[in-house]
Amino acid sequence: MDLLDRLKPYAERHAQMKAMGVETITVTNEQVLSPTRAIIDGRETILAGTNNYMGITFDPDCIAAGKKALDDFGTGTTGSRIANGSYALHVELEQEFARFLNRKHCIVFTTGYQANLGMMAGLAGPRDTIYLDADSHSSIYDGCTLSGAKLVRFRHNDAADLDKRLARGEGEGGRLVVLEGIYSMLGDRAPLADFVEVKKKHGFQLLVDEAHSFGVLGPNGRGLADEMGLDDEVDFVVGTFSKSVGAIGGFGAGNHPLFDYIRYASRPYMFTASSSPSSIATSLAAIRKLAAEPQRRDRLRENSARLHAGFKTLGLDLGCDVVSPVIAVKCPDESSTVAMWHELLKAGVYVNLALPPGTPGKLCLLRCSVSAAHTEADIDRIIALFSEVVAQGHGSKAAIA
Amino acid sequence: MTDTIAQLFKLLAPFNTNGTELSPDTDISTDLNIDSVTVMDFVMEVEDHFDIEIPLNVLSETRTVADLAKVVEARVKKG
Repeated sequence: MDLLDRLKPYAERHAQMKAMGVETITVTNEQVLSPTRAIIDGRETILAGTNNYMGITFDPDCIAAGKKALDDFGTGTTGSRIANGSYALHVELEQEFARFLNRKHCIVFTTGYQANLGMMAGLAGPRDTIYLDADSHSSIYDGCTLSGAKLVRFRHNDAADLDKRLARGEGEGGRLVVLEGIYSMLGDRAPLADFVEVKKKHGFQLLVDEAHSFGVLGPNGRGLADEMGLDDEVDFVVGTFSKSVGAIGGFGAGNHPLFDYIRYASRPYMFTASSSPSSIATSLAAIRKLAAEPQRRDRLRENSARLHAGFKTLGLDLGCDVVSPVIAVKCPDESSTVAMWHELLKAGVYVNLALPPGTPGKLCLLRCSVSAAHTEADIDRIIALFSEVVAQGHGSKAAIA
Repeated sequence: MTDTIAQLFKLLAPFNTNGTELSPDTDISTDLNIDSVTVMDFVMEVEDHFDIEIPLNVLSETRTVADLAKVVEARVKKG
């Protein structure tokens, strides 16, 4: 038997898309002009689906820091921190993030995906149980699998459902509950205060993945727990450098006295090369910017509110009612969603095409992520294109044609 | 057909959107053509119906309705 036979369904799906006139559902950015502009298929395109929340990727200070690190430390670390040792920049970055997060300890991972893998596997073992929100990101699921812990799902954002499942537990080993600050597909936040009440009752340890909320929410930009004033109730926080920080990498942080030993129990930390010097240096410059320039968060909030209100006026069915930089438009079915996505792209705006099983509740979504670097004119252009393509149903006609 | 299997058929009905005829040997994922997330949603319904915990990692060897019935019966007894 050919192992690759199992890939045939993907090929069939691709053929269906081609038959609809959509050559590909992935794009190639031929040139990137700014945090909000790229040349795609020869056209200048507004980027509204790249999670570049702080619009920091072309910041001159970050770029200068990255260039200096290339000169000072070279292009790569050529190995893991366990094998090759740390660079001074890694240590400095961990200290800077710990300070920003107001946590005693911080561990930097090479990607955001590995941060979740590394934290789950470092925190829990086969005798423990991880309770995770049904809509958790794949990296959380994969981290649970890697940890060998028992894995129990609870209904999305439903603290009472978690309470019930904890009560059913078999009572051996530790218990870790995993939430996300902002859920990546619909943009909704975890009702953290409700979960903290359940925590008081059952006494588990709590991890919040702030991937989409770090830099974005809270008076200090630390995320949802910061926004809710509940930092002290959250034992562990995870995040990524690939969104608000504009680089690549991830972190885990906490106050537990044994936290640093996660490094020795976490294969995704031990068995991969450490982040490249330039990526660490741009992250370091970026976190200092985020601390010094809270107006970036204000800009993002204003832009998000403008897009949210604009979509509401068009009568679009949105992923959540609370304003968030993730704004998802619910669409009727897969073929019309693909067609509308393609039409939006041709008209000059890139958003995410999000389809089951990557979405909760089998939803078909056109998912936008707002940037602090979008101008009001950018936001209005996105609204105008959604008005033409989505609200007036051109996309669904294209799907039939 | 055991009572557990009959109850699982009932719970499975809303997920069986193609109207496939159910038997104890029905492969929940491939025969019903449902994706991994939907299988997990179904397991949640099973947990609530029987008031038991079924950690997802114990399901790696579970493919058919009869397999799942065995898991459910073992856990109901345990509780």
